[in-house]
Amino acid sequence: MKFATVFGVLLLAGVAFAAQARTELIVYTAVEADELAKFKQAIEADHPDLDIKWVRDSTGIITAKLLAEKANPQADVVWGLAVTGLKLLADQGYFQSYAPKGVETLDPQYVDKANPPQWVGQRAWVASLCLNTVEAEKLKLPTPTSWQDLTKPEFKGKVVMPNPNSSGTGFLDVSAWIQMWGEEKAWKYMDGLHENIAQYTHSGSKPCKMAAAGEVPVGISFAYRGAQEKSKGAPVEVIAPKEGVGWDLESFAIVKGTKKLEAAKQLADWSVTRKANELYNEGYAVVAMPGVAKPVPNYPAGIAEKMIKNDFEWAAKHREAVLAEWAKRYDGKSEPKK
Amino acid sequence: MVAPRVRPRLGRDEWLMGGGLLVLALYLAITLLVPLALMLTKSVQDREGAFVGLANFAQYFTNPALSGAIGNSLWVSALATAITIALAFGYAYALNRSCIPFKGFFRLVAMLPLLAPSLLSAIALVYLFGNQGALKGWLFGESIYGPIGIVIGSVFWTFPHALIIISTALATADARLYEASESLGASRWRTFTVVTLSGARYGLISALFVVFTLVITDFGVPKVVGGQFNMLATDIYKQVVGQQNFQMGAVVSLLLLLPAVLAFFVERWAQRRQISSLSSRAVPYRPKPSPVRDLALLGFVGLVALVILGILGMAAFASFAKLWPYNLSLTLSHYDFSNADGGSWASYGNSIRLALYTAVSGSLVVFVGAYLVEKTRVAKPLRTATHLLALIPMAVPGMVLGLAYIFFFNAPGNPLNFLYGTMAILVLATIAHFYTVSHLTALTALKQLDPEFESVSAALKTPFYRTFWRVTTPMCLPAILDIAIYFFINAMTTVSAVVFLYAPHTTLASVAVLNMDDAGDTAPAAAMAMLIVYTSAGVRLLHAWLSRWLLRRTQAWRLQGR
Repeated sequence: MKFATVFGVLLLAGVAFAAQARTELIVYTAVEADELAKFKQAIEADHPDLDIKWVRDSTGIITAKLLAEKANPQADVVWGLAVTGLKLLADQGYFQSYAPKGVETLDPQYVDKANPPQWVGQRAWVASLCLNTVEAEKLKLPTPTSWQDLTKPEFKGKVVMPNPNSSGTGFLDVSAWIQMWGEEKAWKYMDGLHENIAQYTHSGSKPCKMAAAGEVPVGISFAYRGAQEKSKGAPVEVIAPKEGVGWDLESFAIVKGTKKLEAAKQLADWSVTRKANELYNEGYAVVAMPGVAKPVPNYPAGIAEKMIKNDFEWAAKHREAVLAEWAKRYDGKSEPKK
Repeated sequence: MVAPRVRPRLGRDEWLMGGGLLVLALYLAITLLVPLALMLTKSVQDREGAFVGLANFAQYFTNPALSGAIGNSLWVSALATAITIALAFGYAYALNRSCIPFKGFFRLVAMLPLLAPSLLSAIALVYLFGNQGALKGWLFGESIYGPIGIVIGSVFWTFPHALIIISTALATADARLYEASESLGASRWRTFTVVTLSGARYGLISALFVVFTLVITDFGVPKVVGGQFNMLATDIYKQVVGQQNFQMGAVVSLLLLLPAVLAFFVERWAQRRQISSLSSRAVPYRPKPSPVRDLALLGFVGLVALVILGILGMAAFASFAKLWPYNLSLTLSHYDFSNADGGSWASYGNSIRLALYTAVSGSLVVFVGAYLVEKTRVAKPLRTATHLLALIPMAVPGMVLGLAYIFFFNAPGNPLNFLYGTMAILVLATIAHFYTVSHLTALTALKQLDPEFESVSAALKTPFYRTFWRVTTPMCLPAILDIAIYFFINAMTTVSAVVFLYAPHTTLASVAVLNMDDAGDTAPAAAMAMLIVYTSAGVRLLHAWLSRWLLRRTQAWRLQGR
């Protein structure tokens, strides 16, 4: 009897849900959780008939999830995912080509070369170090200004880095090191860095949050997270290492075969508007529409100049091999040797 | 001449009950047996579903990064179990065999970890012993991230499980044995080893294996404080969620299933022995005051209780501290989950709903099921088979069950595919996961009832369902309530099975704790975990009050003849 009631309630809820006029879009994203509410609100304010349902996780997880669902995709749109992950999927024919209205106003280097494009870039997120100044003072640590500094003995056990297999931020670091220094030197660098790593984390923002809480003095993370923690009052300094910093492009694409193509196109159109780009700029310094970006508070000075010349083609093509090599070298070892 | 065998004629009752039993057996097969069997086959397939023999296993064992987790899991679980059993034995001994004051209070404190997800202890440990921990110095420079953290965290949350079992074993003892030992001039130590320990030995064995299984299959604690230390349970998660490598997930699941199944059989064996150890002529043992012993035990119990309260208190405080460790002013901002992962307050609402649905439909299925298993007089093989099915969940780790559900319910050809990604599948998984203990509770309650009720009603030609509804159910209400609360609290706190099964609109509070911690939002994670504790505690209190009221209303028969 009670079961019947429960079942009835469930059924009614289902009916009520289906009767809603708004189109529910399942959007897979790796955008930070604290920005998603803002975007949902802005999108739905301009398109009241859309109901955005975020499925958020770290870049590697979302990419793996999309790959696993290839035969029967669950997402309607992928939005704010690293282009290195998106390209991999695009090459497998995952996406529906579409030129959003106004895409020509974007800087062409951030848009897929195909016409109509399969994916469109939104904004760049950039690697940075977060240094806890209070803990650095206590431990008499020098302020690291380069990637090489982090391999010095005084940083042993004092650095946390995201695992590139799950975190897009982790991958863009590894990718940048290889692109800057070549395979051999980059892996040698990572071997040295591994000796100093206290922990590899699941997400790219956790290292900076751990640095903000003083759990470790140095977190390899990205500029937005560092700036946020600093604005909240954490004693962190956000540093862009001098050799150059890796970056990746948050981009969107429409999943081929979605039953909600019209709604997906509305979201795509919205995502290239000036208003959208202004919102992107609230957290990120480099956005796809030229002339929009204003300086973001607490970002490291001159970070835009330090962004490496990034070859997405190379990064997407070698992603899997690089990640496998990384896992072989560093994932299996239990605690790094003391 | 051989007398003709009289077959009892099957009446309507028998047909109905037999049919009910069949439905139950099918239900358990679908929500348990078939998914598990399917998972086993996945371990010998490649990503495309082609049969590859033992290739996945070969790959597993030749990759030290993966197979190293077996040794890690075994020794960490063994160590945590040894510590938990030792502590729980001392605690149970003090509660049952000494004259310390405040026993009720200490019993209550020891049960508190049951109200929290295992993640909570790990989060509290980071605040206590992390690099900014309040008591960091106590670790002598060792890191909490790794085996040390996993062992401490596991001891905390498995302690009440061990205590319940050992306490039951120590609660009853034959005073004549102690008198005999004393009059034979045995030393107190010898009496302790020969009488006390050996009397409780099956309880100890049972607790040993229960705790070992809990630790080795738990994934909350190693996920949070494991650092780079790989364990089997976290590896399943990494393979499935991190790399979407379901086949390798199935391989690791199988490895995790082995110790759990072994522990299950030993535990069942010990349980049976325990029950028969006390004869009807035994004289209950009553402890006599002994100032030195009581004072020592009071100190020990007080210390353990202090640690439990300390760990919970730490998590509670961390959830209110503005910016640990630099700004300890109090704030409620961490309880605003909208800026963090995990689905915000909606997850909390979903968890409450899941717990309610599970409590209501779970206790219904379990109690009716146990009734049919106990009282049906036909189809003996079906009864045995159903009973065995009901015992399986005890040996199946939650993560394994969750993974098996993905394979089964997400298979494109499955007519039950529509359940995938709904609240209903979470309810099904949670009922299946916690079926065994509920089933045994219901059976125990039913066995206490005089079978004469059924004979009388049969003689009076009353249909069995009327007896069931008018007599059996009211008499068993306290047990049904116990089952409901057991389901409710476990649905609130569990992570392992549901972590693979939740969808965007069915995110859960316990999973939110995990995801927030993963993203580095430790304080909101602590806040959500404490929210679960408060809720479970509130429901528990309500349950206690309701039970007492019910006991007065419907259980007067228990008092007669005393």
